[in-house]
Amino acid sequence: MSTFGSFKSLSRAMFLGFGRDRAALFFTVLFPLMFLVLFGGIFGHQTTSKVNVLEVGRAAILDQAVAGGGGELGKVMKVTRTPDRAGALRKLEKGDADAVVEQSGNELVVHYSAADQVKSGTVRGLMNSIVQSANQSATGKPPAYSMTTRQVEDGSLKAIQFFTPSLLGWALASAGVFGASQTLVTWRTKGILRRLQLSPAPLPTVFAARVAVSLAIALVQFALFVLVAQLPMFGLRLSGAWWMAIPMVIAGVLAFLSIGMLIGAWAKTQETAQAMTQLVVLPMAFLGGSFFPLDAAPGWLRTVSYIFPLRYLNEGMLNVMGRGLGPMSALPQIGVLMGVAVVGAMIAMRLFRWDAV
Amino acid sequence: MVQTIEVSGLRKRYGDVQAVDGVTFGVEEGEFFGILGPNGAGKTTTLEIIEGLRKADEGEVSVLGLSPWPRNPGLLPRIGVQLQASSFFERLTTREQLRTFGSLYGVPVKKADAMMELVGLEGKADVRVEKLSGGQAQRLSIACALVHDPELLFLDEPTAALDPQGRRNLWDVLRQINTQGRTVVLTTHHMDEAEILCDRVAIMDAGKILRLGPPAVLVRGLDVPARISVASGVLAVADARLLPGADEAADDGISLTITTRDPSAVVAAMAAKDALTGVQIHGATLEDVFLELTGREYRA
Ligand SMILES: Nc1ncnc2c1ncn2[C@@H]1O[C@H](COP(=O)(O)OP(=O)(O)OP(=O)(O)O)[C@@H](O)[C@H]1O
Ligand SMILES: [Mg+2]
Repeated sequence: MSTFGSFKSLSRAMFLGFGRDRAALFFTVLFPLMFLVLFGGIFGHQTTSKVNVLEVGRAAILDQAVAGGGGELGKVMKVTRTPDRAGALRKLEKGDADAVVEQSGNELVVHYSAADQVKSGTVRGLMNSIVQSANQSATGKPPAYSMTTRQVEDGSLKAIQFFTPSLLGWALASAGVFGASQTLVTWRTKGILRRLQLSPAPLPTVFAARVAVSLAIALVQFALFVLVAQLPMFGLRLSGAWWMAIPMVIAGVLAFLSIGMLIGAWAKTQETAQAMTQLVVLPMAFLGGSFFPLDAAPGWLRTVSYIFPLRYLNEGMLNVMGRGLGPMSALPQIGVLMGVAVVGAMIAMRLFRWDAV
Repeated sequence: MVQTIEVSGLRKRYGDVQAVDGVTFGVEEGEFFGILGPNGAGKTTTLEIIEGLRKADEGEVSVLGLSPWPRNPGLLPRIGVQLQASSFFERLTTREQLRTFGSLYGVPVKKADAMMELVGLEGKADVRVEKLSGGQAQRLSIACALVHDPELLFLDEPTAALDPQGRRNLWDVLRQINTQGRTVVLTTHHMDEAEILCDRVAIMDAGKILRLGPPAVLVRGLDVPARISVASGVLAVADARLLPGADEAADDGISLTITTRDPSAVVAAMAAKDALTGVQIHGATLEDVFLELTGREYRA
């Protein structure tokens, strides 16, 4: 008998068993995708829209600024001319415009509504800087101070760039921990492990088969996530070293499997294993940054988050998939995940029991 | 020469239950060996220790000249085991199940598929194990134990869930396997089965072997009278009592039953009176031996 033959047929048996388990398929594949669609849909369109300015008659200061700004102003502000002053003010009151601007002599009058504080603030700031620079150029002297801006990333992180890797991290963690712990406990309580104990298949082969199946499932999850997130309606853009996410996924799955095997080796019943899995995965997903970005979280929370292996997977995948960092940026996280995998597996092997009693 | 199985002074304790309490026996190569005993006698525990699933607290076990504990990968391919509680991979069909088990032993697919025919499951090849009836699951479990042609076969109550046809079919299969020179060890609660199949049986109770030997010898050793029954009314009860060799006679309105230690004399006398209508003779059986040894009262 060949060890490889045993490995192949055990993997096949597990894979068929998994594929025929509707509930498992739903929870590992479809359920996280639903979250992605939901979160991507809700937060994905939060691109800050331009401020809408109505120009009554001709406001020369504004026109000059728009014409001379090299299109920069056009990115944040949309100017529409109207001769109807009363109509423009009504629109402003109803919230259809963010400001109404008119020029009388040397004075630029800006009407705004306090309904949208952010937009009215933006408009006033913009108008103020337009007037300042008009003043400055009226002196005929070169400006004393200047400013250059340099962008670090392509704008702020878009929602989908964050949610794709971090929801994927959560999906991988729950599939890995759940898959391993359930398999182990079910096989033990149902006597399949005793049956295998009677076969000449080596114990590591049995484990390896489970790992292979989990890796295959994880890669399917990864592919589905990335494909769905790249649909035009969600608009994920993968840059540079996104492929580095694949070794990250593998390292992550190994880490979660070994946590799952630990739970499976320790728990006596399926119920205990299930409860324990939830107890591990849910807090890890929340505090490990799967559902909200940790960048904005309080410092203590960010510190706490580093005790969860998922934190490293999320961060690593976010770096290469969402932020466009280089391939080497993922190495520390891969290292931590592999460490968790090795330590977890070693403890699980020690706790392993063939038999329920 | 070395015996196929050698067990001596085996003991196993679960908490305060002494499940196996000093068991010693041997099984010859090619023998058909039965272990009988009431529920909780320690049959399964004894088998599981021999198979290498459990560690004995005390005692020596040698199987095919090897030690089964700790898990011995050199021994495992040579033995086949059907456990009392069958267990299968989840959500696989009969065919997939056999192929998976087969492949753990390097058995080719064709050979694994042929096992379905042996146990009459060819019609259930594509049915998932969860949907098999109790008896069908049991047959599959036996097929899984046989898939790699083991030299030594352990069966723990193989016919427990089978219908009469299934039992007889399995007896044929087991006898055929046994005549090929393979050793078979089985436990059963069916005394007729043990009497028909086994070369020797061990009767166990409370973790101890009470009697060991060929079924016929055990039965003969038991001083139990035979019972001869004929249709009611062919002979008066009073006349029946006077027959040579008759100990006792009774008529319940359906049959007349005569108890005797000399059935041949009684039958000859009855033949002379032409009183043999519907005659049946019940000799002592292994069941009598069993009940004699383990007591007739029901133990919860
Ligand atoms: N895993 C276990 N833990 C604790 N006690 C056990 C265990 N297995 C068996 N026992 C006890 O050991 C004794 C022998 O059990 P065993 O299963 O060997 O009996 P058996 O002869 O096979 O019975 P049956 O005919 O019902 O199958 C019983 O009293 C049983 O309660
Ligand atoms: Mg038993």
